Amino acid sequence: MARDVFITGIGSVSALGVGVQPLWEGMCAGRSSLGPLTLLDPSGFSSKLGGEVKNFAAKDYVPKSYRKAVKVMARDIELAVGAAKVAVDDAGLVTRSHADTPDRSPSYEASRMGCHIGAGLIAAETLELAAAQATAVSDDPADAAAGGFSLRNWGTVSTPALSPKGGMDNLPPLWMLKYLPNMLACHVTIIHGCEGPSNTITCAEASSLLSLGESRRVIERGDADVCFSGGAESKLSLMGLMRAEFTGRLAPTGEATDGGAIVRPFDPDAPGTLLAEGGGILILEAEPAARARGARAYARLSGFGAAQSPTGYLPTGPEAPEAEDQALQLAIEAALRDAGLSPGDIDAIASHALGWADHDATELRALSAVFGARLPDIEILTTAPFVGDMGAGHGAVQAAAAALAVFHQTLPARLNAGRPPARVRAGAAPTRPATLRHVLVVSASIGGQNSAAILSRIT
Amino acid sequence: MSTRRRVTITGMGWVTPLGTDVSGVWARLVRGENAFGPITRFNASTFATNFAAEVRGFNFEAHVPDPGKHTHAGLSTRFALAAARQAWSQAGLDAHSSLDRRRLGMYFGAGEGSLDFSNFTRSNLAGFDLATRTLNDQAWATEARQRLSAPVEIEQEPNSTLTHLAREFGVRGPAYNCMTACAASTQAVGEAYELIKRGDADTMLAGGTHSMIHPLGITGFIRLTAMSTSREDPARASRPFDKDRDGFVMGEGAGVLVLEELGHALARGATPLVEVAGFGSSADAFRITDIHPDGKGAVAAMLQACRMAGINPREPGEDGRPQVHYVSAHGTGTQENDRIETIAVKTLFGSLAPRVPFSSVKSMLGHLIQAAGAVELMTCVQAIRTGVLPPTMNLRNPDPECDLDYVPNAARDCKPQGGVRVCLSNSFGFGGQNNTICVRAFTG
Repeated sequence: MARDVFITGIGSVSALGVGVQPLWEGMCAGRSSLGPLTLLDPSGFSSKLGGEVKNFAAKDYVPKSYRKAVKVMARDIELAVGAAKVAVDDAGLVTRSHADTPDRSPSYEASRMGCHIGAGLIAAETLELAAAQATAVSDDPADAAAGGFSLRNWGTVSTPALSPKGGMDNLPPLWMLKYLPNMLACHVTIIHGCEGPSNTITCAEASSLLSLGESRRVIERGDADVCFSGGAESKLSLMGLMRAEFTGRLAPTGEATDGGAIVRPFDPDAPGTLLAEGGGILILEAEPAARARGARAYARLSGFGAAQSPTGYLPTGPEAPEAEDQALQLAIEAALRDAGLSPGDIDAIASHALGWADHDATELRALSAVFGARLPDIEILTTAPFVGDMGAGHGAVQAAAAALAVFHQTLPARLNAGRPPARVRAGAAPTRPATLRHVLVVSASIGGQNSAAILSRIT
Repeated sequence: MSTRRRVTITGMGWVTPLGTDVSGVWARLVRGENAFGPITRFNASTFATNFAAEVRGFNFEAHVPDPGKHTHAGLSTRFALAAARQAWSQAGLDAHSSLDRRRLGMYFGAGEGSLDFSNFTRSNLAGFDLATRTLNDQAWATEARQRLSAPVEIEQEPNSTLTHLAREFGVRGPAYNCMTACAASTQAVGEAYELIKRGDADTMLAGGTHSMIHPLGITGFIRLTAMSTSREDPARASRPFDKDRDGFVMGEGAGVLVLEELGHALARGATPLVEVAGFGSSADAFRITDIHPDGKGAVAAMLQACRMAGINPREPGEDGRPQVHYVSAHGTGTQENDRIETIAVKTLFGSLAPRVPFSSVKSMLGHLIQAAGAVELMTCVQAIRTGVLPPTMNLRNPDPECDLDYVPNAARDCKPQGGVRVCLSNSFGFGGQNNTICVRAFTG
């Protein structure tokens, strides 16, 4: 007998702030957090705005005994560690992280705790690597293609030694571990003592929702009672910006300072999206266990579906937009079947829409195919104008917002400075009460992975 | 689901440093051959580890009917496509045009694509000011935009292997890529098995692919001191369970399996090669660099796989043999892994442990990182189908702390003992991720 899964804790980290309160209050106040980039100098890019998490230090979210480990955390890992901590607190769970506090034994046995955290391709810190590489330059013409960098000087076995301080030894011994995608989940499992199934999904923007689906499967089949689930990524690095520019998604920002007016979901003339850092960890719990400990539950994760596009959207691939649409449609239909619902049961949709016109149009065609003439009556919830595109963390923030909407029976404000077509209810709107029985959350990657989840009101 | 869905393997393919056809590579493994030699892909002459197990002479065009669909695909994606084509053909899916692609999914542990090292480095140096030891972001961006290529950068995303596989085979079902370091493709196959059991798909392409034989990949592992530095004798550098082992040898490649629900396979006349009987996954939750000294995460993963397969690892079977006939070790050849994996196997099997053969093909293939688990699982399938166990090579100086039956230095024919019917395949990753799959002979 499959077990129901509740969302009992939310930890989101975004430019709106750390924790569930800043996210919900910011969205309800209609306040975008997208502003001028300061973590790097964006003057070499046409897109100069984004979503930065301010006043955030990972050491504040780990036990004292673990503070040294923060040194080996890339920003993506720090965000996940922060999100996990606020999620645990929000859920009222006791984990190994509370070991310093007397009389607090963990809510669950370690072997019953799982962890599924989506991650991106983490960019190495450019300064650290460049400074190390600069020790290995040569004036050999053969090295000119790499800007003078010499692999011979990079290696450390040579007689006589070329330069006592040169080469790869300038990178810290654990350098690579800062950037392995599975380190988000690994640090979280170590800090909170999760010894059950864990995984790291790396499917770009689809990663977070796919991770929720994986946690649900694990709980449903009885391999864990509680899971940390979601994703996190920082796109705010030189390489992150450059890769995003290469995909054609970045909005030029000119002299603008208000990013919330630039990200315009479903507007066919939208200029593109803005990058961000952040993500979220949701605490998923088996219903009986959650009830037994008297946990407050935001929503039930009642359905999940995934589907792959047979074309993908690599810029080099053959174009077949109709198949692309169908992939998201198939994912939504699978989620509805899984939840035992029909399209008529869905009251709102937490959309993926990034303000990237071609992709938003694809999403819209899929939604139209599933919901037909009813689509204009279904409320759309969008997160991108508030917090930007946070890659592998994106879906977790969508899901967090959807869970909060279901819990509060309230739709947060919608920001949209553009003109979405009339067939989708995505234009600007204030915060308003709503009857939300079932909310659909959708996400898609440009690699063609699509996923859909349904969050339902607990009655 | 009221009736239990059983999952079989109906096809498999690989690209390895010892070759690309399943039976040919298997024959070389049984002969104890290895593929270790100097790194040729870049100048590693001064690297503490200057050798690896490279895939040589790989001709992508010979493996896929229309290579033009994959113009910009990176090396590891090409490995995966070639391996998947073999698996697809063996499963007889070429002839099965009515396959419902919505019921065909993918679960991969594909690694990131290889970095465009020269142009990336050039950008870094253009941005770096030696005098102030600062980075000029604008100068970096100007150089990078000029030097880097958009398709090459986008293809480095770890989900792009899925995209190409979908394009090649028309996949429309659920698709996932996971990166749990060296445990990734065992996890991918295990999760694919679970997806089919749950009913989310009838057929899954599952496996892994990876190449880290590039300057920063090798650098990263050298800095971690995880690789052998036996520069004077690369052929013997990978020596799992040997007292003098000094780390792994980097390999590269791909392993892809077709997993299929039994009824689906039989209905279309496919031949199950073996049955997937169990899967276990756990986290050490201990340290990012060290394995838990008791191997408790490894024990948990193996035990769960056994339980799911209905096996009590401490009880002999009706024939008096241990119920598990072979364990494919993670067996990297690092001091720590091999010692603790041995402890874990002893804990799992108790007094039966010395009677359970337990070898590491990494002594011949090297460590294929994210592809290792799928390739090693395939060696278990071959062991079941041929009754022969692959050896652990280069095991010359026994380590008193590694005192199990590692099938040392020569393959073993188990047919006289009743063959090989049940195998476990272990993969453990940095950060404490443990995955084990149990496969057994298919008997209807």
